[in-house]
Amino acid sequence: MIPAAFDYVAPTSLAEAVSALSEAGEDAKILAGGQSLIPVLRLRLAFPSTLVDLGRVDELRGVREDGDSLVIGAMTRHSEVMDDPLVRQYAGLLAEATATVADPAVRHRGTFGGALAHADPAGDLAAVALALDAELVAEGPGGRRTIAARDFFVNYLETALSPDEILAAVRVPKLEGFWGVRYEKFHRVAQAWAIVGVAAAVRMDGDTPGGSIAEARIGLTNMGATPVRASSVEGALVGAADRAAVQEASSSVAEGTSPPSDLGGQADYRQHLARVLTARAVTAAAGLGG
Amino acid sequence: MRVRMKVDGVVYEDEVEPRTLLTHHLRDGLGRVGTPIGCDTSNCGSCTLLVDGESVKSCSVLAVQADGTEITTIQGLAEGSTWHPVQKAFQEHHGLQCGYCTPGMILAAVDLLSHNPDPTEDEVRHGLEGNLCRCTGYQNIVKSVLSAASEMRGDGPLPGSFQDAPAESHETAGASS
Ligand SMILES: Cc1cc2nc3c(=O)[nH]c(=O)nc-3n(C[C@H](O)[C@H](O)[C@H](O)COP(=O)(O)OP(=O)(O)OC[C@H]3O[C@@H](n4cnc5c(N)ncnc54)[C@H](O)[C@@H]3O)c2cc1C
Ligand code: FES
Ligand code: FES
Repeated sequence: MIPAAFDYVAPTSLAEAVSALSEAGEDAKILAGGQSLIPVLRLRLAFPSTLVDLGRVDELRGVREDGDSLVIGAMTRHSEVMDDPLVRQYAGLLAEATATVADPAVRHRGTFGGALAHADPAGDLAAVALALDAELVAEGPGGRRTIAARDFFVNYLETALSPDEILAAVRVPKLEGFWGVRYEKFHRVAQAWAIVGVAAAVRMDGDTPGGSIAEARIGLTNMGATPVRASSVEGALVGAADRAAVQEASSSVAEGTSPPSDLGGQADYRQHLARVLTARAVTAAAGLGG
Repeated sequence: MRVRMKVDGVVYEDEVEPRTLLTHHLRDGLGRVGTPIGCDTSNCGSCTLLVDGESVKSCSVLAVQADGTEITTIQGLAEGSTWHPVQKAFQEHHGLQCGYCTPGMILAAVDLLSHNPDPTEDEVRHGLEGNLCRCTGYQNIVKSVLSAASEMRGDGPLPGSFQDAPAESHETAGASS
């Protein structure tokens, strides 16, 4: 279908974009890569009065180092994130998960910031942002503020951004040293969204094989109205030194979650998947596979 | 809004409504109907073309977003009367049946080979995961792309499925009674 009519502006700086968004009023929307928004407009599920296209704001694109963090511009495309040398070195979990998003053509347009701002609990990148303790940098008429990933995902498709704020960048703390990572995505066919996904980052006690888990961070995709940080299981995983201990600890990952029941699977099936995938992701991340 | 783009080597400048999808602009505005539309959900990939050399689903891009870009559709892939190696391989390996998915499939393959000139079979399958085919079962599409890759690397095409298939003899059913 053809979307309903809207006005369109394409600012070339973040400052211009912020004022364009405020001037256009409440019914205006940001257009990033358009890979979630344009399908929604085509199905006439949304009727924005104005689209403020960030596609020409170059300052929002690219990855740079800033001390202990990477700063990833909100408009950095999935295809750029997954191939970026800094992301591969310091945020391998993000590179790995981004490579599982959609398909190459969608990844050429879709952006990291757009995926987080869209806040679909079935999206792969929000769970990763949670597991990596990312911080989201928002810019609005009142200035700039930083929101922890934990506080960013408020409800289904709803974030802590106010309607006149733009997500400008994402700060991702570097993982260095004895960290291992893995994103386990369970889906039925290529290109499909995750039925369940598990993002795991695990720090080991030492570099000798046979070490035990010193710290674990687990993010869950599609296990509720928002992406979930599975704090309870993180504590249980500390000290695990073999596959059996990881499996035992992972069995509590679904406690307190309320995943959806839909064509992809029933809620209890998703909880089962979360347990299995957590064990797999942690075992792989910790190098305890043997 | 005024939009200027180069499509298959020709520069067009037109007035478009912001809500016009790139596919609709090409098909209805410019009369370049080589790019089909197969779905309403950005899933099928039949509308895939190259914007500044990268594959995109043109049903999920607004024409205004493509202002200032260079676009290659299936109609601009051949050099004069010489087909692109991927087009040639699809013919030789029977990589199409009804042909509806073919323009998108071929452009997705061209994009894949521009990043990865020597893909494995698995990489070809993943590279084309955004393109659905309801006829072929994909086997011959994958063969076509592997053959085109081989030809483009200078190793020559893989043996075609027609030329080298042994002639089959068919027994008439029930003839032996
Ligand atoms: C066929 C298909 C398959 C897909 N499969 C997957 C998948 O497996 N996993 C997955 O994670 N995703 C998947 N996606 C979604 C894809 O990752 C999108 O790129 C992403 O969800 C949205 O990013 P975008 O840049 O395209 O944002 P847009 O579609 O442009 O915007 C999405 C929403 O976020 C808002 N927004 C965007 N950027 C900002 C910003 N900087 N500040 C404030 N608000 C903003 C917009 O107003 C809009 O409401 C798929 C999409 C398609 C079409
Ligand atoms: S028409 Fe189906 S993906 Fe574009
Ligand atoms: S050849 Fe018919 S859909 Fe692919």
